[in-house]
Amino acid sequence: MIFLRRQVPLLITLITGLAMAAQYYVPHPASEQMLTSVTKWLQIIGGFALVLGVSSLFHVHATKIRRKEAGWGYSFVLYVGMLGTIAVGLWSNGKEAIDGTMTAFGWIYNFMMVPLQGTMFAILAFFIASAAYRSFRARSREAAVLLIAAVIVMMGRVPLGEYLIPLSGDLSQWILNVLNASVRRAILIGVSLGTVALSIKIIFGMERSYLGGGKE
Amino acid sequence: MKRETLNVKRHNARSERRGILLLAAALCLFASPALAQTALSPPRDVRAFDTPSDGGGSLTVLWSPAPYDSAAVRYQILLSEGPTVADPATMKVVAEFPSNQRYVRESKWPWWTRPTTGDQHQFTLRNGRGVELKNGNVYSITVAAVLNDDRVIATPVQATPQPNWLNWNQMNNLLLALLFGGIVFYAISTARKREIFLRRIPGLDAVDEAIGRATELGKPILYLTGAHDMSDPSTIAAAVILGRVAKRTAAYGTDLLVPHRDPITMAVCQEITKQAYLEAGKPDLYKDDSNFFITSDQFSYTAAVDGIMLRKKPAANFFMGHYFAEALLLTETGASTGAIQIAGTDSDHQLPFFVTTCDYTLIGEELYAASAYLSREPVQVGTLRGQDIGKALILGVLGIGTALATLGVMLDAQWPQLFLDFFKDVK
Repeated sequence: MIFLRRQVPLLITLITGLAMAAQYYVPHPASEQMLTSVTKWLQIIGGFALVLGVSSLFHVHATKIRRKEAGWGYSFVLYVGMLGTIAVGLWSNGKEAIDGTMTAFGWIYNFMMVPLQGTMFAILAFFIASAAYRSFRARSREAAVLLIAAVIVMMGRVPLGEYLIPLSGDLSQWILNVLNASVRRAILIGVSLGTVALSIKIIFGMERSYLGGGKE
Repeated sequence: MKRETLNVKRHNARSERRGILLLAAALCLFASPALAQTALSPPRDVRAFDTPSDGGGSLTVLWSPAPYDSAAVRYQILLSEGPTVADPATMKVVAEFPSNQRYVRESKWPWWTRPTTGDQHQFTLRNGRGVELKNGNVYSITVAAVLNDDRVIATPVQATPQPNWLNWNQMNNLLLALLFGGIVFYAISTARKREIFLRRIPGLDAVDEAIGRATELGKPILYLTGAHDMSDPSTIAAAVILGRVAKRTAAYGTDLLVPHRDPITMAVCQEITKQAYLEAGKPDLYKDDSNFFITSDQFSYTAAVDGIMLRKKPAANFFMGHYFAEALLLTETGASTGAIQIAGTDSDHQLPFFVTTCDYTLIGEELYAASAYLSREPVQVGTLRGQDIGKALILGVLGIGTALATLGVMLDAQWPQLFLDFFKDVK
């Protein structure tokens, strides 16, 4: 059992990890074909895994409704929304429009889903304002530096700001192109090396906690 | 007398006109050297071969520069299928460009795969735009020089496109990866022999504090693994840290909530959490529902998690992995509930939002270092040391490159450029 739970997954990881790493250096069409096949496998596995996810979702919310936990009404709304959309989707054959006429499924998507997504995204503007207000209060030296840099960059990015403070345009470009870019590159170098190191550990079985912890 | 004088004057005037015309003609010739040497000759040393290090369907042609190379004179690349050509003039024109362009030095080949010196002309012919090169078929290819109505064609040469098994242009990448791998293995073996110092990472020191606070308040802990699936290293790192966090929550008997965007990540995290509870000696406290799937949709997921934060009021929120626009929506909501928040991401665009709204942030590589920091296992710590050596090497090259570039400008010298080209290609 341990062999199936430990050694086999590690062996698969080693072989596929090395094969996919080698694939990067092989331009032959056979190599490209292999990459395409693996990507398709991933999509198929993802499709099966979705069943796992949806069953988990149903189970969690069914338990909440059954036990009448706090906020079980939301779970009920989720059930109605999900089952309703599935039913309408099947009725409409999964199409948003037939012969130029919007189906019920298309109506749900265009007049419920899209506006709700847009609303969530729009809230971001208010959250940026509240987060900026909190962090730009110059309580410490670092916060003061952040505040000054932010004001310069904001002034330099809008025509009115550059009109009022002509130097802000060049200064903001300098902050973005020199200070900001160099720090971003430093972070990216660190991230890249971290990614490679983690990949090496996973491929050679030194990092196994993603299999469920344990050191056996 | 008058008539003689008039004749002499006319003769002088004619001579002057002739002289002016000659002078003008001479000036024209000197003013335009390209036109002065308009005697077009067929392009010399034409060579064609299968483009190396590619997947096939491509040919490369090389030829020597000519004295008439200028914007006025144009080169044409001619192609025909088969090994023989009856009349090169009937070959299909597949490309045309000014003759002072397309040099080997302008190509993307690194110095170790350049087929000839940088001053030679080169053109790489690929499938598309009316060209279809089939692997294994022989093609005749040549170059023509064109000026106005004049056209001279070199003798056609033959080449066969073939797919290659190795991309020699990326050998630098392979060598650096092997070098870095070697450094990591060396650092691991060193870490097994002696203890290696790890600098403090406040965000990870705060994990215990956050779990302790949640236990005292009797509230759950919320842990997110990011927007990507298990094929992304940041999600794997987040899952590894989840194992450590779950072990502590099991020990303290605190509730753990892990909402997911990806079902596969959910399945993996369920196993990790179960194992963590087993290792903590509290298998009875493990709940299968602690890891649950919400949706793959970005903002639907965000709305659901925000709802959980507002209803269940977790005492600690962990945001590990990769995030997009939802980052601020999640963390700002969490901050409004008064939860202690710890974030760790390699998403550089979202870092400012995390730094602004979270109590502690693991920046970039610290996310990958978390596993080593929390476990202190020699293998993990050695990997960190290997990363540090890699960074030191990159920093050294950056320093040397900056110094050489500065020297080159200050001394107006060309030799630093050789080293800079070397670094540029090796990177």
